[in-house]
Amino acid sequence: MTTDTLPRTGRLLATAPDGSSDPGLAAHLAAHGPLVVPPRDDRAWSHTVWREVAESGLTGRGGGGFPAAAKWDAVTRSGRRPLVVVNAMEGEPASAKDRTLLTRSPHLVLDGAEVAAALSGARQVVVCVADDQDGVARAVERAIAERDRAGRSRPVSVVRPPARYVAGEESALAAWLERGEALPALRVDKSVALRVGRRPVLVHNAETLAQVALVARHGAAWFRGRGTPEAPGTTLVTVSGGVGRPSVVEVELGTPVVDVVAAAEPLGPVSGILLGGYGGAWLDPAHASVPYAPGPLRDVGATLGVGIVCVLPATSCGIAETARIVRYMAGESAGQCGPCVFGLPAIADDLELLAAGRGDPAVLARLEDRCGAVAGRGACRHPDGVVRLVRSALAVFADDVRDHAAGRPCAGRHAASVLRFPTGAPVGAPVTVTVRGGAA
Amino acid sequence: MSRATATRVALRVDPVACDAYGFCAELLPERITLDEWGYPVVDGRPLDPDLVELATRAAAECPRRALHLERVVGPA
Amino acid sequence: MLAATSTSLTTSIWYTIRATGVVALVLLTVTTVLGLLSASRVRTRRWPAFAQVDLHKRATLFALVFLGLHVLTAVVDSYVHVGLLAVLVPFVSPYQTFWTGLGTIAVDLLVAVAVSSALRQRIAPRTWRGLHWLAYGCWPFAMAHALGTGTDAAQLWMDAVAAACTIAVLCALVWRIGDHRTTREEEVRLGAVTRAVPLRQRPPAPASAPPDLVTGPRRPTVTTATALLERDPR
Repeated sequence: MTTDTLPRTGRLLATAPDGSSDPGLAAHLAAHGPLVVPPRDDRAWSHTVWREVAESGLTGRGGGGFPAAAKWDAVTRSGRRPLVVVNAMEGEPASAKDRTLLTRSPHLVLDGAEVAAALSGARQVVVCVADDQDGVARAVERAIAERDRAGRSRPVSVVRPPARYVAGEESALAAWLERGEALPALRVDKSVALRVGRRPVLVHNAETLAQVALVARHGAAWFRGRGTPEAPGTTLVTVSGGVGRPSVVEVELGTPVVDVVAAAEPLGPVSGILLGGYGGAWLDPAHASVPYAPGPLRDVGATLGVGIVCVLPATSCGIAETARIVRYMAGESAGQCGPCVFGLPAIADDLELLAAGRGDPAVLARLEDRCGAVAGRGACRHPDGVVRLVRSALAVFADDVRDHAAGRPCAGRHAASVLRFPTGAPVGAPVTVTVRGGAA
Repeated sequence: MSRATATRVALRVDPVACDAYGFCAELLPERITLDEWGYPVVDGRPLDPDLVELATRAAAECPRRALHLERVVGPA
Repeated sequence: MLAATSTSLTTSIWYTIRATGVVALVLLTVTTVLGLLSASRVRTRRWPAFAQVDLHKRATLFALVFLGLHVLTAVVDSYVHVGLLAVLVPFVSPYQTFWTGLGTIAVDLLVAVAVSSALRQRIAPRTWRGLHWLAYGCWPFAMAHALGTGTDAAQLWMDAVAAACTIAVLCALVWRIGDHRTTREEEVRLGAVTRAVPLRQRPPAPASAPPDLVTGPRRPTVTTATALLERDPR
């Protein structure tokens, strides 16, 4: 999969020859062809499509990376008609792929939702768009209206959960639909479907459904025509940070990370690349030729996540940026579990001290202790992601860490942040927490 | 030679329900310690039979019913 | 002879009523004090927190036993006409309507508290907590009942017991109020989320951001996300 330039594929984000894109239904059908989804349960069709998606090797694009068809097992086993939920929350601040997809190719996502509904026996689809993304909601509603006029069968509605980081987690969405509180739940057995009341819910990321719609049209062999045998297909990536052309790109899986970065024209030398999300991991630029695929990334301690590639210029300080991320993530905790509620701010405190060059000798040991104390002890994977990020920062920026810990912080900590944090997200506001008993 | 398996009991804490009362760590210090913020760090390995009674008591004493005993099947 | 026996039985019952009443009052005092001190952070190897809670529960249990005997003997006793209804309904007893009524109220409250605690795992935590607040009413009503009805009220030993109980409860109450103000709620510098606030809405931004050790001016956010790609020929 190595080429000189980034291979450009127009699967998910199709454009006309003049570079424009029309999100309308007619343009969608012209670009991708028709897709006939049976309005009622059709076993033969379901069996065919299910098999195609399973054989295509399509994995979820919402961060979990599990086989797309795996959730369908859990949902169909539960015996009741499920609800299909399109997860377009995109709570990850550095990600713009889902909103891009939904404003440019909403019909592809809605096609995928129809397919998922037909396969699982669902009669209703709900699209979750965060309450601060009115543009996306309008685009989806326009597309739904077009489909209504064209006579499609299953009712689709748009709902607006709160725009918080953990609200996009699938159990949090299910909880919000059920009782209005977007709090993630402890899931002991993932093979048991999520429920809203007694109805099982099938939650899929918007991009995953768009890919499903393509596989349903063109088949597994077509899907596998791009990418690698272990990681087939394409995926959307948001490239941001110290680059001249921050953008959403569709890349073949297996493309070297350095090519993905080059396409966005980095502004200068790169000292680190953030992959996956704010709960992902930093990549050492020396390893930047690693293929962008789950397996190879895991080998270097990174993750595909929700398709984030955030470039850290050499003029910035990796520790300072990590400190900002952790402070933001601490504020985004659902607040349900002690180790996360107390541990993440404590880790943020230590990182800020380290970044400012005011770390005492014990700060590194304390950081490592706290990371160990926080990971795996919450109901959801939020603290785990933060710990992974912090550990990767300590490894990738090891030289900087040493200098900062010795009281020689770099000048980069004063540089403007290249990271994006949602405006209005308060950081460090004092809050009262009632502590029971507690350590003496 | 058959490999015998036994059903044993292991501890698990529900992190959402837990409110750091700390009674569990007082009752079963062999398996539960408190972190620096007062929340339990539970050793999730299967319990020896002589600790099961204490573990049951610890689970019953939790004011939030956050401590659970789970059955695990493993090598005897 | 028969009259003498029945008189001695009546007298025994009469003494039992008073004795069980006093013991119940003392036990109720013990459990009330332990309940007030339950927020105490004092934990040692010899006095772990779970033991204090356990003692509180057991003291209540014993109080209920003696209270049961007290009520039973009061109803059975033929000298004072209390009546079965007066056990649970206040101010219906022919004998000392007002003072007995206070005792009835104390019984009602204690029964409500005890039943809700027995069913604690089955009811919502808020419900349990609300009902448990009724416990604050038990002791005052019980003490007032003891001082109002008891024929021992004027005796020195009864006065001493009442005084000791009152001092104990008042001290515990003062301690509890004081502790509540200072160490009960700890301000933790967190993000904008409390454990009680669900993710229903965006939390309000603070008036002024606290000084940040590391940030400089923020770069403008990535607003334009353009897609780079060519149309797939297939």
